[in-house]
Amino acid sequence: MPKKVAYKTQIDYLQLMDENGKLDARLAKDLLGDEEVQQMYEHMTVCRRYDEVAFRLQRSGRMGTFPQNKGQEAAAIGSGHAARKGVDWLVPAYRENAALFMHGLPMHYVLVYWMGDERGSQIPDGLKMLPLSVPIGTHMLHAVGIAWANKIRGDDGVVLTYFGDGATSEGDFHEAANFAGALQVPCVFICQNNQWAISVPRDRQTASETFAQKALGYGMPTIQVDGNDVFAMYKATRDAIERAREGDGPSFIEAVTYRLADHTTADDASRYRDEDELDAWKAKDPLIRLRKYLEAKGLWDEDKQEALEARAKAIVQEVVKTAEEIPAPEVDDIFDYTFAELPESLKAQRSTMRTTSLGQDPSQVGGAAAQTVR
Amino acid sequence: MAELNLVQSINLALAQEMERDDRVVVLGEDVGLNGGVFRVTEGLQKRFGEDRVVDTPLAESGIIGTSIGLAMNDMRPVPEIQFEGFLGPAYDQLVHHAGRMRNRTRGAVTVPLTVRVPVGGGIHAPELHSDSPEAIYSHHVGIKVVMPSTPYDAKGLLLAAIRDPDPVLYFEPKRVYRSYKEHVPEDDYEVPIGEAKILSEGNDVTVVTWGATVFQALAALDELPEDVSVELIDLRTIYPMDEDAIVESVQKTGRCVVVHEAARTAGMGAEIATIVQEKCFLNLEAPVQRVTGFDVVMPYYKLENHYLPEAPRIKEAIEQVLAY
Ligand SMILES: Cc1ncc(C[n+]2csc(CCOP(=O)(O)OP(=O)(O)O)c2C)c(N)n1
Repeated sequence: MPKKVAYKTQIDYLQLMDENGKLDARLAKDLLGDEEVQQMYEHMTVCRRYDEVAFRLQRSGRMGTFPQNKGQEAAAIGSGHAARKGVDWLVPAYRENAALFMHGLPMHYVLVYWMGDERGSQIPDGLKMLPLSVPIGTHMLHAVGIAWANKIRGDDGVVLTYFGDGATSEGDFHEAANFAGALQVPCVFICQNNQWAISVPRDRQTASETFAQKALGYGMPTIQVDGNDVFAMYKATRDAIERAREGDGPSFIEAVTYRLADHTTADDASRYRDEDELDAWKAKDPLIRLRKYLEAKGLWDEDKQEALEARAKAIVQEVVKTAEEIPAPEVDDIFDYTFAELPESLKAQRSTMRTTSLGQDPSQVGGAAAQTVR
Repeated sequence: MAELNLVQSINLALAQEMERDDRVVVLGEDVGLNGGVFRVTEGLQKRFGEDRVVDTPLAESGIIGTSIGLAMNDMRPVPEIQFEGFLGPAYDQLVHHAGRMRNRTRGAVTVPLTVRVPVGGGIHAPELHSDSPEAIYSHHVGIKVVMPSTPYDAKGLLLAAIRDPDPVLYFEPKRVYRSYKEHVPEDDYEVPIGEAKILSEGNDVTVVTWGATVFQALAALDELPEDVSVELIDLRTIYPMDEDAIVESVQKTGRCVVVHEAARTAGMGAEIATIVQEKCFLNLEAPVQRVTGFDVVMPYYKLENHYLPEAPRIKEAIEQVLAY
């Protein structure tokens, strides 16, 4: 019998701007206006500053563990810019602050969250996003469910969900991708392949040559993108969103990028990562690259840069002030959101938590316990 | 004998058992080159190689599921799950497969597996990094659940767990990891699974606890008047529980306070109170009291101290049962 090929494909790699900031004018034709690009650069710069300050807050004991976003700004901003505010949903992991801010999340929320306060997870009315997700891999299923609801209702909102390379190992990722494909829901999977999952390099995470190809198994269009190229990220995401909106189902984007900092402030990447590797990626820093582009176009200069840095500093200073000045949370808060209506037993625990060890009616135990109920 | 903290003691136990038994493999996320997120497995990969200390893909169900397979094929896997919150993805493998295999196969196939998991709050960790799930896994059948509180016990219990022919969940109270050192012998010794330890003898009231709250209970004892004599029991094994130690003690003291970090409802305190009620009913001078976490989501760290059963609450409970 003649040999037949059951399946054949290839995966495209998209880059519009090279590492020196040179844009492929043909591919990028009418993609983004100068003003837009400058705004994106400014946003990236503010977020870089935010990241540096968050790191220092942790180091000086003013905040808990923080995962830095440094190096991944283009992936977040490029993709986030393609989503429509108030229409499309963002379902993040924990390294996409820039995209969330772009869609209206007040910048102090993320600091409040890492300062150990649930109010940082409270998404303000009108924003279509979920809070940061600490467990790896679980949130993509929620993204698919949200997209599914949109499809059922006939809304044209699309869902973007972000996750790391490590997350693609979790079972939930595969279930999410499979559901999305089988149900043809409007969801865009954005894998931020930053090369590492804490200390595990991408080639120990999977034997797959790309992360993009994983989507093939679930019947999704897929592409690998230079994740440090804001133009390419924007284009790939815009195309995927359009496809989803037209009813053509989910897509997958592998953003090839790099985590320039430690995994979190609790991590020390020098234990497992080569200086040389880090240096090579520093040269591909998405901010430097975009600045070179703007400079070459005559849109940017040293003065503008200085002014921007001063602005970024002031903005972030204000944000930190806001975060730190929020009054301490009320202790009752730990009870109040457990259910819409608190069961009696929980009310008893709440009202006696400071006066008895039991969290039960003090009159039941007599003696020293018969203190006043708060 | 060296003065070791809990982390170092567990590391020593792992190294010695890997040396003694080449079927022992350590696996999990970041356990190799990085030595684990808490550095418990530090240096092991260098010493025993990449085949025996394995950085796995980021997949807890994968880690536990394949460990079950390793165990069924005559290996002695010791997987690490980074935080108790991430047992979630592995739950099905643990409770429905590891815990049932011996019974399903009428003893033909067994799962000698030891899962190491840091547990509990008090270290200002992010969400899902501070829970106390010992009751959940004790409720499931076929799994042993242990939680040492001291470096000495940690080593002996870990050796016992790895050598145990059944699956053992080995919970490490992360609040204690580096807070306390004691002499840990170099020798090979086991702390038997299922045996509690009497930390202080007393006649007035029995306090039963385990893990990090052992130290809160000790602090509470310090605050009590000299003439109050407390028998403090560190359970060490949550399942199967050392009922005799509790019963004998409460028969003597007539009073019992159970302290645990986990939420109150359907926690181990309920189980212990029932055992006491069944076996010491006529000895009891006061209702058994529980000092526990509340039935709420473990708060992010700004409010976690309000959740944790700290010494003042324990002291108060002891006073309450004494005054009853
Ligand atoms: C279910 C689960 N397992 C383990 C962890 C601990 N953990 C936190 S981040 C991380 C690595 C994540 O890597 P990746 O998905 O590539 O994202 P990145 O941090 O590189 O952005 C691990 C193992 C977790 N948060 N959730």
